[in-house]
Amino acid sequence: MDENLAPTAEQIIEQGNVVYKRPDALLDTWTHYCPGCTHGIIHRLIAEAIDELGLREKAILVAPVGCSVLMYYYFNVDAVEAAHGRAPAMATGLKRTQPDKVVFTYQGDGDLASIGAAEILHAANRGERITVFFVNNAVYGMTSGQMAPTTLPGMVTTSSPTGRDVKEHGYPMRMAEIIAGLPGACYVVRRSVHDARTIRQAKKAVITAFKTQLAGLGLSMVEFLSSCPTNWHMSPPDAMAWIRDTMMPYYPLGDFKVAEEVKNW
Amino acid sequence: MARGTVVIEVDRCKGCELCTTICPQGVLHTTHDRFNARGYRPAQLIDPTGKCTGCALCALICPDVCLTVYRYDPRR
Amino acid sequence: MAKELWKGNEAIAEAAIRGGVEAFFGYPITPQTELLEYMAARMPALGRAFLQAESEVASINMVYGAACGGARAMTSSSSPGISLMQEGLSYIAGSEAPAVLVDVMRGGPGLGNIQPSQSDYFQMTRSAGHGDYHPIVLAPSTIQEAIDLMYEAFPLAEKYRTIVILAADGSLGQMMEPAEMPPMRPPLAEAERAAWAVRGAAGRDKRLITSLFLKEEELEALNQHLQAKLRRIEATERRWEEVATADAEFLLVAFGTVGRTCKSVMREARQQGLKVGLYRPISLWPFPWPRLRELARQARGMLVVEMNAGQMLEDVQLAVEGRCPVQFYGRTGGVIPLPDEILAALYDFVSAQRDANAPAGPTSGG
Repeated sequence: MDENLAPTAEQIIEQGNVVYKRPDALLDTWTHYCPGCTHGIIHRLIAEAIDELGLREKAILVAPVGCSVLMYYYFNVDAVEAAHGRAPAMATGLKRTQPDKVVFTYQGDGDLASIGAAEILHAANRGERITVFFVNNAVYGMTSGQMAPTTLPGMVTTSSPTGRDVKEHGYPMRMAEIIAGLPGACYVVRRSVHDARTIRQAKKAVITAFKTQLAGLGLSMVEFLSSCPTNWHMSPPDAMAWIRDTMMPYYPLGDFKVAEEVKNW
Repeated sequence: MARGTVVIEVDRCKGCELCTTICPQGVLHTTHDRFNARGYRPAQLIDPTGKCTGCALCALICPDVCLTVYRYDPRR
Repeated sequence: MAKELWKGNEAIAEAAIRGGVEAFFGYPITPQTELLEYMAARMPALGRAFLQAESEVASINMVYGAACGGARAMTSSSSPGISLMQEGLSYIAGSEAPAVLVDVMRGGPGLGNIQPSQSDYFQMTRSAGHGDYHPIVLAPSTIQEAIDLMYEAFPLAEKYRTIVILAADGSLGQMMEPAEMPPMRPPLAEAERAAWAVRGAAGRDKRLITSLFLKEEELEALNQHLQAKLRRIEATERRWEEVATADAEFLLVAFGTVGRTCKSVMREARQQGLKVGLYRPISLWPFPWPRLRELARQARGMLVVEMNAGQMLEDVQLAVEGRCPVQFYGRTGGVIPLPDEILAALYDFVSAQRDANAPAGPTSGG
């Protein structure tokens, strides 16, 4: 190729490398998520991790109730649909009868922190060797924007029309910190997906979480700060900025529990 | 200097503008003159001077996996 | 195998183990906790899964997860715990995962007490959860019968991809009787696992187990499929016991331990010259109504006896369709009806029928 002439797009495609394409673990299908919803990013990171670790044939997904209730149509792995909040219990039943499989749940705010609070607490306490992906967008998405246990103080939602009042509704729950306090949890971290740097760090956390399950170390959980442009009434780029400016001060990113063995990886 | 290009699956795109916002070269734009099959205004690559480097930040942030990114490095 | 003395709860647990249960998830609740404790000791020793879950809600969802993976999973509880399981049972039914459940019924409603009752009949037979379906419900009256029914529970659940509930009561769970155990079933090989089971998509396309069908046509199709399955179960799985019905003028109709008590009542009444028979449904669902309807043609009355306020009574009334009078005698609150009081109720019923049938006229006495 003559370096003095800029290559055409066709030439680049023909003679270049594919730097990025859809991971195999994600099916070639349109998703029902709203424009700019970060479920799509998180799904992709998990699918990339499944590809890179070669887990497709061992993975079992336990899907939640929430916006991601149909996520089992998007992933090319065996899957089951759990009742609202019950995914960690279903995952326990699956992992205890098929310990060689990689069992993971994917849950939103209501699923994990509200109706499912007992299930995640006890699964973590028992150290179930499952991986939990917790998508925190501070609101109930699928049912159109009610207050969640993770809704920030003062945040207006359809069930807190005058803003979350901590005296009435309590404070938002920091689930990563709570779960990290249980000895059975081996890897509990909070990441975000609002910009390139945080997305790359989130990807690494997903891979580490799966690896802890492969090593049988206990329960791993990655909490993702996530956007909901529709119920936050913002454009997708503004919603990403809102995560950075408003959610992160209350929900700090970080590693809240890292088992000794993992520190040496 | 690496040269890149992207291929966008137009009918997957929901016009969320995350890629158009993140592109450091400013070569991704929202279309204003057409819709895709689902009624969204998809993103498009407008790169007449070959500024795209194939950095893949667009693909990193795209929630709908619309983008396939190619890179050609003439120094290889 | 020789007879040994078994406590009901423990016999049911051992029978499930011999029957092939691979995973038990449960929560303590009187009067069935011995079943959980027996499993806690036996299952790990056999290399099978056991877990005391944090609640009955978690228990049934662990069963659901394991069952989706093709494992033989079960739980046990008592009335208030069964109420908590309704959501999970509905999901299991909608996804057609086979599962086995033991309900050792106690007095209710609410927290009630820990004495025996039969007041979960509606809860178990009408669907055990939201939606249109019925689990298979089997009601033993002796510990031997409980063992035999429990041993068949998993093959039955798997044959139809449905829920099988063993309906016991607190007295059956706590009593001790001599009984024989069946032999240990060999474990399932990987090749024997169900073709729909979720076990990791190795060398095949992915599988999905769900009860969510957002399009009405699809959900209606699922419901029609489930209803067709229930019709097949009705055609094949009705079970009952009848004693001395050939010449019976009156029938006692009862299930479980009350059915057993009524056997004594029937014998006593026969000795006193009354032509009484016993009809004891063993499958509460599918309810064995055709034979009962036949018997209604010859009978002058049926006395339904239950430890509740009249639940199986409604199924008897539907079966009989007005062909003969149906009376009810029941105790609630965990009270066990004794033979004498049932006999007295029977005589009251019989004389009321005779008075009703006596010819009208001025010579009839007071």
